[in-house]
Amino acid sequence: MSQKKSRSRGGGGAAAAGDDHEDLARPPPLQAVLLADSFTLKFRPITLERPKVLLPLVHMPMIEYTLTWLESAGVDEAFVFCCAHSNQVKEYLEKSGWAGRAGAGSMAVTAVESHDAISAGDALRVIFERGMIHGDFVLISGDTISNMSLKDALREHLDRKKKDPLAVMTMIIKHSKPSVLTHQTRLGTDEIVMAIDPETKELLYYEDRADNSNLYVTIDKDILSNNPTLQLHNDMEDCYIDICSPEVLSLFTDNFDYQHLRRHFVKGLLVDDIMGYKIYTHELRSGYAARIDNFRSYDTVSKDIIQRWTYPMVPDVISNRNCSESRLHRQGIYKASDVTLSHSAQIGANSVVGSATSIGDHCRILNSVIGEGCTIGKNVVINGSYVWDNVVIEDGCQVSNSLVSDGVHLRAGAIVEPGCVLSFNVEVGKNALVPAHSKVSLLPQPSNEDSDEELEYADTNSGVTDSPPFSSMRSNGDQATVPSEEDESGTSETGTCGVVGYIWTSGDAGILEEWRQSIAPISKEKLEELQHAVSENDGSEDESNNPTLPDKDDSSDSAVEDDDLISKFEKEVEETFQRAMGGGVNRDNLILEINGLRLAYSLQHADCAGAVFYSVMKSALQAAQSTNDTLLKTTAEALGKWKDLLRNYTKTVDEEMEILLKFEEMCQETTKEFSPLFSKILPFLYDTEVISEDAILRWAEEKEHADESDKVFVKQSEAFIQWLKEAEEEDDEEE
Amino acid sequence: MPDVQPLVSDFVLKLKRRKVEGSHAVARQTAELLRSVVSQHRMGSSANQAAALADAVRAVGEQLIAANPIELAVGNVVRRVLHIIKEEDISSTAVGIEGLSVTVDSDDEYDREDDDRPSLSAAVLAAHARNALRAPSLQTLLEDIPVSPAISRTASSTGDSDGKSKSAGDKTSTRKLKHDVIAAIGDLIDEIDSCYEPISEQAVELIHQNEVILTLGRSRTVKEFLYAAKEKKRSFRVFVAEGAPRYQGHVLAKELVEKGVQTTVITDSAVFAMISRVNMVIVGAHAVMANGGVIAPVGMNMVALAAQRHAVPFVVVAGSHKLCPLYPHNPEVLLNELKSPSDLLDFGEFSDCMNFSTQDGSPLLNVVNPTFDYVPPKLVSLFVTDTGGHSPSYMYRLIAEYYSADDLVVRRKSSA
Repeated sequence: MSQKKSRSRGGGGAAAAGDDHEDLARPPPLQAVLLADSFTLKFRPITLERPKVLLPLVHMPMIEYTLTWLESAGVDEAFVFCCAHSNQVKEYLEKSGWAGRAGAGSMAVTAVESHDAISAGDALRVIFERGMIHGDFVLISGDTISNMSLKDALREHLDRKKKDPLAVMTMIIKHSKPSVLTHQTRLGTDEIVMAIDPETKELLYYEDRADNSNLYVTIDKDILSNNPTLQLHNDMEDCYIDICSPEVLSLFTDNFDYQHLRRHFVKGLLVDDIMGYKIYTHELRSGYAARIDNFRSYDTVSKDIIQRWTYPMVPDVISNRNCSESRLHRQGIYKASDVTLSHSAQIGANSVVGSATSIGDHCRILNSVIGEGCTIGKNVVINGSYVWDNVVIEDGCQVSNSLVSDGVHLRAGAIVEPGCVLSFNVEVGKNALVPAHSKVSLLPQPSNEDSDEELEYADTNSGVTDSPPFSSMRSNGDQATVPSEEDESGTSETGTCGVVGYIWTSGDAGILEEWRQSIAPISKEKLEELQHAVSENDGSEDESNNPTLPDKDDSSDSAVEDDDLISKFEKEVEETFQRAMGGGVNRDNLILEINGLRLAYSLQHADCAGAVFYSVMKSALQAAQSTNDTLLKTTAEALGKWKDLLRNYTKTVDEEMEILLKFEEMCQETTKEFSPLFSKILPFLYDTEVISEDAILRWAEEKEHADESDKVFVKQSEAFIQWLKEAEEEDDEEE
Repeated sequence: MPDVQPLVSDFVLKLKRRKVEGSHAVARQTAELLRSVVSQHRMGSSANQAAALADAVRAVGEQLIAANPIELAVGNVVRRVLHIIKEEDISSTAVGIEGLSVTVDSDDEYDREDDDRPSLSAAVLAAHARNALRAPSLQTLLEDIPVSPAISRTASSTGDSDGKSKSAGDKTSTRKLKHDVIAAIGDLIDEIDSCYEPISEQAVELIHQNEVILTLGRSRTVKEFLYAAKEKKRSFRVFVAEGAPRYQGHVLAKELVEKGVQTTVITDSAVFAMISRVNMVIVGAHAVMANGGVIAPVGMNMVALAAQRHAVPFVVVAGSHKLCPLYPHNPEVLLNELKSPSDLLDFGEFSDCMNFSTQDGSPLLNVVNPTFDYVPPKLVSLFVTDTGGHSPSYMYRLIAEYYSADDLVVRRKSSA
């Protein structure tokens, strides 16, 4: 009797307590879609073997943070969309106990698998087809770390939707200042320009690929005329947490060309005023949210976690279910209880050392995260690096600002320079030097870069991931031979033995991206360079703003003014061109419009040719996925498509020359991505008859007398020019 | 106890995620959870029922304490429950041998009475049961003198009673043990809930007419204490230090003004400047340690030092669930928690100071946001608990009445 009574009392008490803290639980359960695939290649080569969401971030897989946050934010049901490496994700969900956990108060996690999806848009279309979402849902990617309370944002969203059913999405944004020098956020992404209505918080304009070479933002006139007030922000960070209405899914299905959540969906919705869908923003005031997009943000977010901005998601509070507790010591040092630490070893501030790791004499660990089961020898210096589990680092190694994956073996005296990424089970030989910003993997770099998905490698890799025999075999037999096959320039300066594994060439958009998005801090020289560039920019801006108050002599002033005019003209042509690309404006009309613009700016026909060419190349660059091969391909496509248009402006040799000069200028200044491709694109221009051989030869001739720096591209395309000359001579002879 | 496991893991998760915070809420929910653990526990036919039950509680308690070691109230309640089991075991053994005697009457009391006397008398019982180890306390001297003969008989007989109780350990006695334990835990919950009343009853004795009281942050116990004094028509003024970085003092100021108390809000840093005008400092605590030291919201040590400098009495009000039998060996590291720096700084405003890409990779800006301070016992003038006022040097004895010495480390014995 009394037992029963007390049981019911106990149960009632627990339920009451539950109600107090779960006030988000409402009749329509809150659902969440978690994309366990980033649909980018930023974390290659590591993501060839393990999906990004399972990469450890301060000892815990990223997805664990996301799921934990979703659960604590009151989400009742979460769908994990897995694509590449779906088996690994599903296995993790089961092993960690997220999947198949039903019951009051806990979040149900269901894995959704699809191998066809190659973008976030595809994923949402799959979700829609399966009909799993019934109400408003949270859209999040599996690499988002947050501790924010969703309550306010959710209430705002629902209230707004009641009043206006067209308010389909609420984006969470956070105040964060981008760097003045690099024009990127602290997470290594480009700064975003947003226009927001200060009253309603409606998002009016979104541009995440702000061109930082010219400091312009172009906003449609309609936006300005329709909204009496608007705030322009470049100090907001997109958290990539969205509260969406179910309509969002059907919008993705209706517009099957929507791939990217921001670049296509958000921009598409903002431009499209027929349907009138609206996107709103919610600014995060207290709380933390950030998405790990690249290695730079991996570094930044790790440091934020160590500095406890993500509390309670910090290493000493939530720990992985199977590993032992780590404790916070002074100066932000987190240490597991069973670390073997030499007395003479020194662990600096803001470091994390995982369980069962041993650290030898006179080691210095600074600002680093060391995983579990690592063995670190004597006199090792690890600075600002992320060392994952079961890594062996022998005596005297130096690792700075790099990422060292599971099972890597650094033999004695190896040096890993800043910005390196060593993928799984890579071995670095004795006294070898891994040059800065190199990416090393046991898997070869895929040659066909045009496919975006990591998907197709999923099957081949599942076998490789955990096969120690493979690596050990290689280390015994191939150690001497393999390095010689590798990138010669990379290993030429290494010591006696090189690196077991393939050093990936940094094809991805050249040197530029490398310092932007690596773990290593930007080097001092680079910073000075940027500082210099900024001060120069400021100077020129001042001049152009105050043309009436020239502080230089008149001739340069007029030149500046002239340049300014041309750049404005180019800008307009580019926009016109882009509109034509998007809306499919008739080519004749386009020519008409451009001609109109030319008259308005009273410029030469030649300027027009340059501007149009610039726009075409620009469009190719935007369509390309930042690798040289694809860039070449898209450029070829764009040129093929618009050759008629270009030909319309290249009636004389002068105009063709203008195009060549413009192209050269672009390669040197604005769009350096093209510079390695100059010699490859030039023949193509010739083939499509945009530029005649006369123009090319004259250009080469003119350049002969120029200084060395100007001749870079002539030299690059020397072979082609030579060929042209010979062909001409042959023609002459025949005649 | 398969049925309670979901409840336990749910609560563990809540503690881990810091969804349940504050010693009162934590203590209450722990007690409720342990009550359902006890009620779901299947009493086997093993020889020692009480030990099995204690083991079950210990197993759960261990998980709970590990989930959030900073919430000392969890451990306190677990130890209290273990102590209750021990007491009930002794008393039921006593019943088994002595027949229906005084202790049975007190069992009936459990069902009827709501005040804390039964559990106290139970404490007395246990104290007497092990009286060889312990000197008589003030509590036992004042109360329950008629009980003691029965107890002393019990105590003398427990030594050889084990064998007999096993043979007499029929189903009724085991069920009775469980029933008694559940009832006692129910009393413990009531005690936790109503701990403010006996404390605030003492308010009029401590707060005199036209006095100036200083407090820091917001403590519910302090609030009730001041309310009670106000209700008794005392007129006094309160200085509230706002209690950065959470500024709970602002909330308290609002609440006090609603009750018509003269209130002045000051910054934490103004405490020293104002302390010379203050007659008494009354503050709450997160936990009271066995040495009489106090774990309290951050900034408290400064207030205590200021009070000592100007010889102002420093009074700590705390319910008995905050009494912790542990000693603070390493308070800076072990018994503190660093919260998110976002309480202190606006992330967006300082984001450019944390741009690691342009700062050579090492964070130059560090923000530390500790939650608690440790106030050493020599700075505390008086503790006001639900059993009355005590000096810091007496705390260890008070604590000894609530907990048994062998429960200080909550760990499953089965593993040993």
